[in-house]
Amino acid sequence: MIDHLLSASDLDRETATLVLDTAGEMAAVSGREVKKLPTLRGRTVVNLFYEDSTRTRISFEAAAKRLSADVINFAAKGSSVSKGESLKDTALTLQAMGADAVVIRHSASGAAHRLSGWIDGSVVNAGDGTHEHPTQALLDAYTMRSRLGRLEGLRVALVGDVLHSRVARSNVWLLNTLGAEVTLVAPPTLLPVGVENWPVQVSYDLDAVLPKLDVVMMLRVQRERMSASFFPSVREYSRRYGLDVVRMGLLPEHAIVMHPGPMIRGMEISPEVADSARSTIVEQVANGVSVRMAVLYLMLGGIA
Amino acid sequence: MTSSWIVSGTQVGDLFVRDGVFVDSEPADAQRIDATGLIALPGLVDLHTHLREPGREDAETVETGSRAAALGGYTAVCAMANTDPVADTAGVVEQVWRLGKDAGLVDVQPIGAVTVGLAGERLAELGAMATSAADVRVFSDDGHCVHDPVLMRRALEYVKAFDGVIAQHAEEPRLTAGAQMNEGDTSARLGLAGWPAVAEEAIIARDVLLAGHVNSRLHICHVSTAGSVELIRWAKSKGWRVTAEVTPHHLLLTDELVGSYDPVFKVNPPLRTEADVLALREGLRDGTIDIVATDHAPHTVEDKECEWAYARPGMVGLETALSIVVEAMAGTDDIWGRVTDWMSVTPARIAGLSQQGQGLRPGAPANLTLFDPSLTWTPGPSELMSRSHNTPYAGRELSGRVVATFLRGEPTVLDGKAQK
Repeated sequence: MIDHLLSASDLDRETATLVLDTAGEMAAVSGREVKKLPTLRGRTVVNLFYEDSTRTRISFEAAAKRLSADVINFAAKGSSVSKGESLKDTALTLQAMGADAVVIRHSASGAAHRLSGWIDGSVVNAGDGTHEHPTQALLDAYTMRSRLGRLEGLRVALVGDVLHSRVARSNVWLLNTLGAEVTLVAPPTLLPVGVENWPVQVSYDLDAVLPKLDVVMMLRVQRERMSASFFPSVREYSRRYGLDVVRMGLLPEHAIVMHPGPMIRGMEISPEVADSARSTIVEQVANGVSVRMAVLYLMLGGIA
Repeated sequence: MTSSWIVSGTQVGDLFVRDGVFVDSEPADAQRIDATGLIALPGLVDLHTHLREPGREDAETVETGSRAAALGGYTAVCAMANTDPVADTAGVVEQVWRLGKDAGLVDVQPIGAVTVGLAGERLAELGAMATSAADVRVFSDDGHCVHDPVLMRRALEYVKAFDGVIAQHAEEPRLTAGAQMNEGDTSARLGLAGWPAVAEEAIIARDVLLAGHVNSRLHICHVSTAGSVELIRWAKSKGWRVTAEVTPHHLLLTDELVGSYDPVFKVNPPLRTEADVLALREGLRDGTIDIVATDHAPHTVEDKECEWAYARPGMVGLETALSIVVEAMAGTDDIWGRVTDWMSVTPARIAGLSQQGQGLRPGAPANLTLFDPSLTWTPGPSELMSRSHNTPYAGRELSGRVVATFLRGEPTVLDGKAQK
């Protein structure tokens, strides 16, 4: 297993598959009455959150606790960080306190990389700026494999604000590693420069792509994008790139609908679609705990 | 100045120094330097240095920056105006000039701000700075672009009264809002907001047209893209009074280095692509780009040892510039003659420094740099005398090093050691 998980591109096919397989075993634990393994007893996992994310923090906390690790939650707000302490000094403090793994969420791209250079313990990137969110990609891949039985050859579309999406970046690298075919669907303003060099197809036309898909993953559109000329209006965005029931009808029967959350109902995805049987949104949350258990287990206590 | 020197065995023959100038005959009672195998250059002149004083003396002072400059072979540096307070009045430019005199290691020529507080809203008192003791001729809001086209036109016109030049930091601010690195494949992969080449090129295109329109002197700071080189080439073909500089780091390093997220590579304008680097080298070789300037930008450890997005842009460069330029421009015909033009004669001319860049001829001020191309060295905290050590070359072995520098006949560096 790798020392750190900073990017989905850190994972080769063998390692990624090992994580997904291990997550399957962890899911079985979550189904038991006593949802706990003694594997990481005596180990310390720090959740270092510089950016609010209740969902991801709780998921990592549950994962670590189910493996019997000691968990320290460190929120930047109200801490020494708000008094001006640098990330490096915070890292050295955590190091001195014997953190075995640090799970970091940060608004700055590359913060997890920087942290990994300053401490001996493992670093897990729980989302850094507009860079990556590798455990989200792992839980998405796990969810696809659970629902559809495979990843090789799967046709997946990521729809929406690819430019600012760390979820999209991590999914592109991981799904490519695992043999899926990825199509990015977005207005040209929300696609990164140089995307033609990525291992993906690109389309501006959601309706044309939908009939060929096994998975459609809707991405979150942040509110500040709506007033920054990335697209003319919420209504136009919703018409061209939102997923409603009519549009969902273009998907093949077996195809699933995913969203990393939190979602804007009515804009990116209609409530009927989000709550439909095709939607995996709630499953994704549950699978997140299993996948994060697998990552921590393999990193800190598991097999080489 | 009374000391006399005989510098023997350089590639241009023996050099004689008496009373601060080069002379054509051997002075009596002179001290002798055996310069066999060394390259003798006229003292280097940097048109683009950040000395940080006043305001950020924790990063650099006029004295520490002057020492670093001397060790890099410089005998004059032009100090950029983005200090705190900004060098936008006669008082501040005279303060910087006086601090340079007191340090006595290089000529410190202040650059005045174009606009009050670098705010880009109204012209600073350019005439007062020009007629001050500092005798300012170069004006720049470096770090900020003079992006208002009317203000830029007025600035270009106004400085004609005293043969001034506007040195533009070409960056259309609306196109670089939030930008963190060169826009391209690497920025897309790293999730860092991109600084597109067109943001530089759009301003250069506008400004060369303005300079041509009002027949004024425009200097483009730190050109970084292939497209910029093309635009400047076109402007020069029109006969417009446009000059341009490139930094040593833009001649050598590419944006792929940002993959480490190490802010030592964060610089403004950002490191670009291999194609840009090759175009910049070609532009320098064919005369489109006139000079090499360091953009020496010292920052404290605290300002660099942090997340990329929060780090200040810039790298130190005075002490490594000559080694880097020689490495980047290897294979150029008459490299030492070209280096003399790029790093001494032409920057002195652009800056209006009559006591600098005059060559190694009898009668010229004895500003001299001796460079040993056979030495190798590794820049690091113990090697660099700049107060800040934010160099991308830490741990990298460089070829060739300055071993002596003379300012008007007085050694500021001997045997690689600063003399003050």
